[in-house]
Amino acid sequence: MKLDNTLLPLIYMIAAMGFILAIKWMNSPATARRGVIVGEIGMVLAVAGTLLRFEVVSYQWILVAFVLGTAAGIPIAYIMPMTAVPQRTAFSHACGALASALIGTAEYYKGINQGPALTTTEMTALIVETLLGFLTFTASMMAFGKLQETLPQRPITYKGQNFVNLGVFAAAAGIGLALIISPDRTILFPIFTVLALVFGVLLIIPIGGADMPTVIALLNSYAGLSASAMGFVLNNKMLIVAGALDGSSGFILAIIMCRAMNRSFGNVLFGAFGQLQTSAAASEARPYRSATADEAAQILDSARTVVVIPGYGMAVAQAQHKLREMYELLTKRGVNVEFAIHPVAGRMPGHMNVLLAEADVPYDKLREMDDINPEMPNADVALIIGANDVVNPGAETDPKSPIAGMPIIQAYKARTVMVIKRSMNPGFAGIDNDLYYMPNTIMLFGDAKAFLSSLVKELAAVGRAA
Amino acid sequence: MGGYEFDLWVFMLAAFLGFQLIRGVSPLLHTPLMSLTNAISAITVVGAILITGAKDASALSRVLGFSAVFLAVLNAVSGYLITDRMLKMFKKREPEKK
Repeated sequence: MKLDNTLLPLIYMIAAMGFILAIKWMNSPATARRGVIVGEIGMVLAVAGTLLRFEVVSYQWILVAFVLGTAAGIPIAYIMPMTAVPQRTAFSHACGALASALIGTAEYYKGINQGPALTTTEMTALIVETLLGFLTFTASMMAFGKLQETLPQRPITYKGQNFVNLGVFAAAAGIGLALIISPDRTILFPIFTVLALVFGVLLIIPIGGADMPTVIALLNSYAGLSASAMGFVLNNKMLIVAGALDGSSGFILAIIMCRAMNRSFGNVLFGAFGQLQTSAAASEARPYRSATADEAAQILDSARTVVVIPGYGMAVAQAQHKLREMYELLTKRGVNVEFAIHPVAGRMPGHMNVLLAEADVPYDKLREMDDINPEMPNADVALIIGANDVVNPGAETDPKSPIAGMPIIQAYKARTVMVIKRSMNPGFAGIDNDLYYMPNTIMLFGDAKAFLSSLVKELAAVGRAA
Repeated sequence: MGGYEFDLWVFMLAAFLGFQLIRGVSPLLHTPLMSLTNAISAITVVGAILITGAKDASALSRVLGFSAVFLAVLNAVSGYLITDRMLKMFKKREPEKK
């Protein structure tokens, strides 16, 4: 049985509707799983319809690729620990972008060697598709390496970096333009490919770990736009719609991340944040208070409201499960425990929420920054675990601070602030945090997981004594 | 209306629809949202199938197409499954037992 061109467009349209509904139903955890199912149905319909197209005659390689892709995909989905989700996401952006770039390349050589020759509009779409595809591929692999810590997380900068980057991009775009004008100059295509790949690498070299949420969202957007451009080449509306949804999704998330840091796209991509050696000199010894797990447990036990502010350090220490134990113990005593999540906490949008949900913290206890800030003055304790910049009051008070103007979770307004931290060393970005020296702040030194374990033990003991 | 013009309209409307829909997604679910949209964009497998399965496909086309099918299927399978795995973890508080 082969599908003709009357039924196929309908199948593609139904698939596109499935994708739209899938995203719509992501608006609440109650309907989100339904969304995954309609997305899957759409995908299966579209793939089945495509396999039955009369142009498709040879199946053996497709079948082998399907089996291999599925065999590799299932373990990735189930074995991957939740802390590694940012890496997996970067990796899948790389795969998706490479797939569309390879298809674009194949389309190009098919048009040149076999025809029908590509029209100027098709060629324009093809160049956009391959440019975004190849640069997103290497950029995502670089992001993957940084997140996996096989590459240094520190931003690497050198003099004239932005000129080099823009130069490489301009060269790639210029050669792309030449190819659009005369596609027959086949010698240009490999050069174009190499330049796009190199630009992807250069783009990520100056990006530090703290900027990863924005960058991952932006790469998500590029991968989607590349898929959408493929839809223009193949004249397939479903691809255009699916790619546009992915592209706009990544773009919006990137905007949200930028706003949460009070920075512009340009600043994230070309600003090379976190290279502030100057702040190291300013760290003269200032007095601070510290306490043991025993004392901290007493304070937590007598509190009525505790707001926990987790950051990337919690993820690194894998402390989320111990945190949930503490949450349960305190809740049993009638202490109201909430979790305040900054939009850029962690290494990708929503990272903290997934980790805490995995540890069985109910999602109605996970509060957004704007939602919880007005309640911070009523909190007896703000407990900060592995977060630094997102609670730094310098963002509000010091106009010279590198993070000036960045919205923060106003932990300093709580009656008591407790910070679990390894030492007094400044954090990743090297910015000193006045919060640690405030009179109502108590530093709790140690590894987040180890400290929470002893805190949980002490809390259980306090409970028995009472 | 020419083919590409029509395609551009589709793109523009879909992008706006996307903006509106994503705005409605709770920040709680931003990570699963990203893995879902990533799985959806693996629909590029359609293009890969057309390249790989064509009657007169050259050896180059077959190799590139085969790799693209593999990568897209990998993304689709792992993307949908991990999204569902994440979403399963989001639970509300159990009703108080007294």
